[in-house]
Amino acid sequence: MKVIEVHNLTKTFGSFTAVDHVSFEVAEGEIFGFLGANGAGKTTVIRMLCGLLAPTSGKGSVVGYDVSKKAEDVKKNIGYMSQKFSLYEDLSPVENMELFGGIYGMNRKQINKKTEEIIKDLGLTKERRSLVGSLPLGIRQKVAFAVSTFHSPKVVFLDEPTAGVDPMSRRIFWEMIYRASDRGTTFFVTTHYMDEAEYCNRISIMVDGSIKVLDTPERLKNNFGAGTMDEVFQILAGKSKNQVQ
Amino acid sequence: MAMWILNDLLNMKSIISIHHVSKSYEGRTPVTALQDISLQINKGELFGLIGPDGAGKTSLFRILTTLLLADLGNASIDGMDVVKDFRKIRMYIGYMPGRFSLYQDLTVEENLKFFADVFNTTIAANYDMISPIYGQLAPFKNRRAGKLSGGMKQKLALCCALIHKPYILFLDEPTTGVDPVSRKEFWQMLRALKEQNITIMVSTPYMDEAALCDRIALIQAGKIMQVDAPAQVIANYPFRLYKAKASNNYRLLETVKEQDNILLSYISGDQVRLVFKENDRRIDFPGIELEEVEPTIEDCFIQLMKNESD
Repeated sequence: MKVIEVHNLTKTFGSFTAVDHVSFEVAEGEIFGFLGANGAGKTTVIRMLCGLLAPTSGKGSVVGYDVSKKAEDVKKNIGYMSQKFSLYEDLSPVENMELFGGIYGMNRKQINKKTEEIIKDLGLTKERRSLVGSLPLGIRQKVAFAVSTFHSPKVVFLDEPTAGVDPMSRRIFWEMIYRASDRGTTFFVTTHYMDEAEYCNRISIMVDGSIKVLDTPERLKNNFGAGTMDEVFQILAGKSKNQVQ
Repeated sequence: MAMWILNDLLNMKSIISIHHVSKSYEGRTPVTALQDISLQINKGELFGLIGPDGAGKTSLFRILTTLLLADLGNASIDGMDVVKDFRKIRMYIGYMPGRFSLYQDLTVEENLKFFADVFNTTIAANYDMISPIYGQLAPFKNRRAGKLSGGMKQKLALCCALIHKPYILFLDEPTTGVDPVSRKEFWQMLRALKEQNITIMVSTPYMDEAALCDRIALIQAGKIMQVDAPAQVIANYPFRLYKAKASNNYRLLETVKEQDNILLSYISGDQVRLVFKENDRRIDFPGIELEEVEPTIEDCFIQLMKNESD
């Protein structure tokens, strides 16, 4: 089953084409790496897929809902976590989960059950009642992940989820992604860490509003004769018009 | 006390001296930001402070740039004390804070002119200093700073930090959130500035950038874990490090975590990194290619972090 389907998706702002006829599909349970330089149009695509911005033309559907016509249904069925913290720092992890569960319309029983599951799963027993603001960044990242997946969405958008996090916490974060994807959750991830690009099942690289390549990390490296994803990225994004400016 | 003065005299090359600096923040959730930090940074050096968010990098930068007082210890910039001589220090240093701190509603040129005015100088008088960087921004000089792309904002911020010809530059995470291509470009600019004999202290959470520094300090949870040249940090790695590849690296990782002959295991790019206890290199997973590898700075950081927590 395709969880995300995008066909010729386009967004223009005045005379500027931010996203130019982008097409791709993401399968259920897939970890899809959505890469590109600053200003390539990644955020615009994510905002359209989350039902926050109407496309100028083209089609997009997320979990079967059309992003232009069924934006509210899209929002109910996705999870979202960004580099900027969306947690309430003066609430505890459990209170944050209760709040977000409530917003997504879960009842008390569902919330309690899910909270216990997640606390156990992510090893947050010790920190469950501490204020989020007092927790180390690596732990906060875990809580933010827990909150973004709390209402059991089929697809989760992670926008630079590990920016600035220490190398070990970064890896633990990816292990959480792996575990959830193993159980069928689909992930749509952006990152500036090129080693993390290698953790994805497939990757697209966006340059100046279009997707230049889309394949598995292994095949991309082979096709470009590159040893790492960083080299592939440098070759492709280095040709951007924006970079020349 | 006398000991460090003597050290400073003997070590004439040192231009930034930090002695036993500690800093904590009070509040509902007290935080120890820096614990007994001592560092010497040499004249003309490109020195990297490498560590994740919350490690204490910004606190140290703010103490050195005279914007924050240490609780304990002292520091000096080219012989000037960061507390007593703060006015003087501010004339000679350039500081680019981690948050974009230019005026978003002023144009590129207006921002630069503002910073030149504040330091009683003009863009023209110091243009040679910034020309290689400003040259790339000049076509957009009438654009508002808020409307620039991430990479361009960083270039403008660097120009503003350089406009009064400082000879010591403090750059706090100039490449955070910047894409890999722009990051590479930014580091090329830093190497070029170093050629003009400017001492540069730069912080970054991207461990791959450490290799571009003359020396680095690895900082975590307010403590400096190691200070050395990047190549030496790698040479200091105490174990033999291996990489393994499987059809499913996540499953491989789950397996090795259950094994008792493995000291360290974590994913890294398309592989799993492993350190074995003793010489028992057994892995209970089919079809594994195992190969010894040279550690990266990130491997060193992970090992040191584990050391600290044990």
